[in-house]
Amino acid sequence: MSSNWEYAPAPESRDIANLKPAYRMFVDGKFVEGSGEPLKTVNPATEEVLAEVSTASPADVDTAVKAARRAHERVWGKMPGAERAKYVFRIARLIQERARELAVLESLDNGKPIKESRDVDVPTAAAHFFYHAGWADKLGYAGFGPDPRPLGVAGQVIPWNFPLLMAAWKIAPALACGNTVVLKPAETTPLTALVLAEICQQAELPPGVVNILPGAGDVGSELVNHPGVDKVAFTGSTEVGKLIQRSLAGTGKKLTLELGGKAANIVFDDAPLDQAVEGIVNGIFFNQGHVCCAGSRLLAQESIAEELLEKLRHRVSTLRVGDSLDKNTDVGAINSRAQLERIQELAAAGDAEGAQRWTSPVPVPEKGFFFAPTVFSDVQQSMRIAREEIFGPVLSVLTFRTPDEAVAKANNTPYGLSAGIWTEKGSRILWAAQRMRAGVVWANTFNRFDPTAPFGGYQESGFGREGGRAGLEAYLDV
Amino acid sequence: MSDRISVAKTYKLYIGGAFPRSESGRSYPVSDSRGGFLANAAQGSRKDARDAVAAARKAFAGWSGATAYNRGQVLYRVAELLEGRREQFVAEVSASEGTKRGEAIVDAAIDRWVWYAGWTDKIASVFGSANPVAGPYFSFSVPEPTGVVAVLAPQSSSLLGLVSVVAPVIATGNTCVVVASQERPLPAITLSEVLATSDVPGGVVNVLTGRTAEIAPWLAAHADVNALDLTGAPDAVKADLERAAAGTVKRLVRSGRGEPDWVREPDVSRMRAVLETKTVWHPMGV
Amino acid sequence: MLDPASGSSGMSDVTRDDASLRRFLHGLPGVDQVGVEQRAAGLATRSIKKASKLWAIDTAISMVDLTTLEGADTPGKVRTLAAKARRPDPEYADVPHVGAVCVYPDMVATAVAGVGDSGVGVASVATAFPSGRSNRAVKLADTEMAVQAGATEIDMVIDRGAFLSGRYGQVYEEIVAIKQACGDAHLKVILETGELSTYDNVRRASWLALLAGGDFIKTSTGKVSPAATLPVTHVMLQAVRDWHDRTGELRGVKPAGGIRTTKDAIRYLVAVHEVAGEQWLTPTLFRFGASSLLNDLLMQRRTQLEGHYSGPDYVTVD
Repeated sequence: MSSNWEYAPAPESRDIANLKPAYRMFVDGKFVEGSGEPLKTVNPATEEVLAEVSTASPADVDTAVKAARRAHERVWGKMPGAERAKYVFRIARLIQERARELAVLESLDNGKPIKESRDVDVPTAAAHFFYHAGWADKLGYAGFGPDPRPLGVAGQVIPWNFPLLMAAWKIAPALACGNTVVLKPAETTPLTALVLAEICQQAELPPGVVNILPGAGDVGSELVNHPGVDKVAFTGSTEVGKLIQRSLAGTGKKLTLELGGKAANIVFDDAPLDQAVEGIVNGIFFNQGHVCCAGSRLLAQESIAEELLEKLRHRVSTLRVGDSLDKNTDVGAINSRAQLERIQELAAAGDAEGAQRWTSPVPVPEKGFFFAPTVFSDVQQSMRIAREEIFGPVLSVLTFRTPDEAVAKANNTPYGLSAGIWTEKGSRILWAAQRMRAGVVWANTFNRFDPTAPFGGYQESGFGREGGRAGLEAYLDV
Repeated sequence: MSDRISVAKTYKLYIGGAFPRSESGRSYPVSDSRGGFLANAAQGSRKDARDAVAAARKAFAGWSGATAYNRGQVLYRVAELLEGRREQFVAEVSASEGTKRGEAIVDAAIDRWVWYAGWTDKIASVFGSANPVAGPYFSFSVPEPTGVVAVLAPQSSSLLGLVSVVAPVIATGNTCVVVASQERPLPAITLSEVLATSDVPGGVVNVLTGRTAEIAPWLAAHADVNALDLTGAPDAVKADLERAAAGTVKRLVRSGRGEPDWVREPDVSRMRAVLETKTVWHPMGV
Repeated sequence: MLDPASGSSGMSDVTRDDASLRRFLHGLPGVDQVGVEQRAAGLATRSIKKASKLWAIDTAISMVDLTTLEGADTPGKVRTLAAKARRPDPEYADVPHVGAVCVYPDMVATAVAGVGDSGVGVASVATAFPSGRSNRAVKLADTEMAVQAGATEIDMVIDRGAFLSGRYGQVYEEIVAIKQACGDAHLKVILETGELSTYDNVRRASWLALLAGGDFIKTSTGKVSPAATLPVTHVMLQAVRDWHDRTGELRGVKPAGGIRTTKDAIRYLVAVHEVAGEQWLTPTLFRFGASSLLNDLLMQRRTQLEGHYSGPDYVTVD
C-alpha cells in the first residue's frame, strides 16, 4: 500500500486577527495620529501590505514623555502596589482572552509560524504580566531593601523578532515597579504592540501609564535621548546598543541592554544524539533563527561529529518551510528583505571562506522572504559565519576534542548571551555551566524561557537581566 | 407587589470537592449578631475530620505537583469569583459579625487573596538559594510544601481572618482541613462554594463546621497531618493541642493569645511556617 | 528458524551471555523524558489534508487488531467479532477489513472459522497472558495450543519480573523459544511498558525483543494502566528505525490499549511517518491493539463521506 501522505495547508483563519487598514499611536490613553511619515507594514510571507501605521515625530515623542511624567507623578507613582498589581493582572487576563487574535496578527506581521506565536509568544507574554503583577505589592521582599522606589519614566525600544513578547518583557516589570512607559515597537512589526495598547484601555489603565509610539530608528533615538526619560531599556543589535550607551554617557540615565549573541551549543560524545539533534534544531531554527540567544554555533565533539551531522541533516529535511498561518509550518518567513539580504550575504561569505554548505531540500514558497534551513560544516573559529551574528536559519558547525577545548571555543567571542550543553553526565553539566561566560546556560534543552528565570547577557551581549527577582533591579532606584 | 419567600440555603460540610452532611447527622443553629436565627450548620464529627484529612492527602500530590504559575492562576481565578459574589459575602459577613464595615472587610479579603495568588511563583526565589559550599559541588535549597495542614480558623473574623489563614497554606502548595469559626461559619461555606466552582481541585481545601473544641484534638493528634494552625483554638485548650501535636512532631503555625488584627498587612511568616527546605548536592567535575 | 542474532551484522557477540547483553542494553543512550514527551506533543499538532484524512482513516482501519480478551468471552462473542472484522461497516462495502482479530488461545479455532478466507489474521495472546507469571513449559504449551488451532500471529508477554531484576538473558531466551514454537506464525512481543516504568527501560526492552527475533514489538496487554502512550510508542518507533539502519531488517510496532478515537489514531500515524518513516505505514509493520477504536473510525469515515457528524446507532455494537 503506497503512502498518500500529505499534511494539509491547515490555514489558521486570517479574520481572527481583526486586521485594520490603519493603526494609530497610543498616547495619554488615546489613539491619535502621529505627525511622522506613516509607515506601511508588510506580511513577509506574502509581501502584501497589511496596514498603514502612523509614526511619531519628535514633537509626539515629547508629548508622550510628558504624558508619562504626569501619569507617574500624579497617579501611578503614588498608587499603592496592591492597586497597581490589579491593573497588571487585568492586562494578563485580557491577553489570555484575546490570545488567538494576537497570535494570528503576530504571525501575519512578523512571519513566524502560527504554531510558535500561539504556543510560545502569546502565552509567555501573558505569563510575564501575570508574574510581575504579583511583585507590585511585594517589592520589599525582592532583596533591594524595605521600600524600593521606581525610577520614573522608562523609554523602551524593542526589536522585531518577538514583538508582543518583547513588549511584555519591558512593560510588565516597569509597571509593577511603579514606573510609566513610552515604548517604541520595531519598524517592521508595530501591530501587536498597538493591540496591547487597546488591551491597556480595556483594563482601564490610567492614561499616560503606557504609551506606544511606532516609528523607525530616528524615533527610537529621539526617545532614548529625551531628557524627560529616567531609564532606558533597549533590546536589539549590539551595534545600536553601543550607540545608545555612548549617547547616554554622562546623562545619569539608568540603562539596560539586551543585545546580540553567537551562542555555542556543545554536544559531548556521551550525549544521546537523537535528543541533541532535537535541541540543535530548536536552538537554531526556532523562530527562523531570529533569536538573540540562538544556538548558532554547534560545537560537536570530534568523535561523534559525523554521525551527529548525518542525523541532523535528516531531521532538518523534515522541517516544513511555508506560510506563517499554516499550522503545519515549522519555519516561517524572514522578517524583511533587508534581513534576508544580510543572511544571504553572510552565507555567501561562508562559501567564500571555505565552509561546506548543506541546504535542506525542502520546497520554499516563491513569493515572500524565505531562506531554507542551512548547515555549514568544517567551520573554523576565524570565519565570519563563526563570529558574526547571522540572525537567520543558518547553523555553523565546528568540532572540539576535549571539554576544555569546548569551553575555550565557546567562550572565545565578545558575545556572552547563552550556551547549550549536551551530555548524560550530571557533573559535567555543572562543571561546564560554571565555566560558560554566558548569562543563560541550557543543559540538555534549549530556548526555555520563563518569567521567573532571569535572562540577559555577559559582555557585548548587554547588561541587566529581565525576569525573576534579579530583573526587577532594572526598574527600581536601587 | 407580593412578598416573595426566598429559598433558604442549606449549609453543609465541604470535603473532597463535594458538600456532604455530617456523617453524624448532627447540626446546630447559627445566629446572627443579635441572636436571630440564620441557619442550621452541619456539626462535624471526628469521622468527618478523618475523611477530610484523607481527602486533603489525596489532593496533595496533584496540587503540590502543579507548577507555581498554575497555582497562581487558579488562586487569581478564585479572586475573580469572590469579586463576583461580593454582595453575597457582604450580606453574610454583616449579618454574622453585626458590622457596618462589611464592604471594607470583603474588599480587604479579596485583595488579600490576590496578594497570596501573586506569591506562588516567587516563593522559590525569595526563600530558596544556591549555596556557595566550600567544595566542588553544586548545592541548592528549595522550599517545598509540608503536606496537609489543619487550620483552626479565627473565631471572630469570619471572612477576612479565614482568608488570611487559608490562602498562605494553599499558595505554598499545601492542602488543608479548615475548622471554621464555631459561631460564624457561614462565610466559610460560601467560600467553599466559590472554591468548588473555581479550578481549585477537590480536596485542596476542606471545610468543617461544628464545635472547635470537639474536632480540634482529633486533628492535632492525627498522624497524617503535617502542620497545625491553632489561631482559632480557645486559649484554654491551646497548650493541650500543642501537646497532642508533639506526638507526631507537627509543625506549628505560631499564634499568640487572642485574635490578631487582620486588617494589618500580612507578612510571609504564615507561608514560611508550612514550608520545608530541601537541600540538594551534586558534584561538579569533567 | 535461524538463530535470530546471527543473521544481523555483528550482533551475535551482544547476545553471547548475560553480561554482554547487559553491557549492550545499558550502553544504549538514555531517553530524556521531558524531551520525548515534548516531541510527541509537538507531533500531535500536525494536521492532515482532507483527502488524506480519508486515506488515514482507512489505513488505520486496516491496521486494527480487533480484540476481545475477557474472562467472559464465548464462541458467540468471537463469531460476532470475526464478522465485524471482515466487514466493519454493513452499509459501506469498500471499508477495508481489519488487520487481525485478537483472542485467547482457546478461542482461536472459532476465530479462524469466523474469518475464513477473508485475509483477516488471527492473533492469539499466549505465554500466561497477561501476567507472564508461569514456567517455560506452560508458556510453550500455551503457544503451541494457539498455533495448532490456526493462529497466524502470536502476541506473547515478556517476563517483567525477570527484566526488572536484570535477568535479561532469561527474557531473551524465552522470546527465542517462543519464536521457535510459533513456526510460520509471526511473533509480537508485548513489553508491558506501564510496568517497565521508564523510557530507558522501554528502549532496552525494545532492543532485547528485536535481538531475540520478535517480528513486532507491542506496548501493552491493555490490562494495566498506563497502556499505550504517544511518547512510549515514539521510543519504540525509534528502536525499529535504528534496528533497520543497523541490520536492514524491517520490524513492526503495535501500540495497544487506551487508543479510543480517530484523532488519537491519526496522531499515532503521524508519529509512524515522522519517526520510523513512510515505509512503516502498512499493516505489515504497524497495528493498533484496540476494540472501541474501530467504531470511532467508522463514524469519522461516515462523517467525511456524508458531510455531517455521525452517531453511535449507525455503527454496530458487537
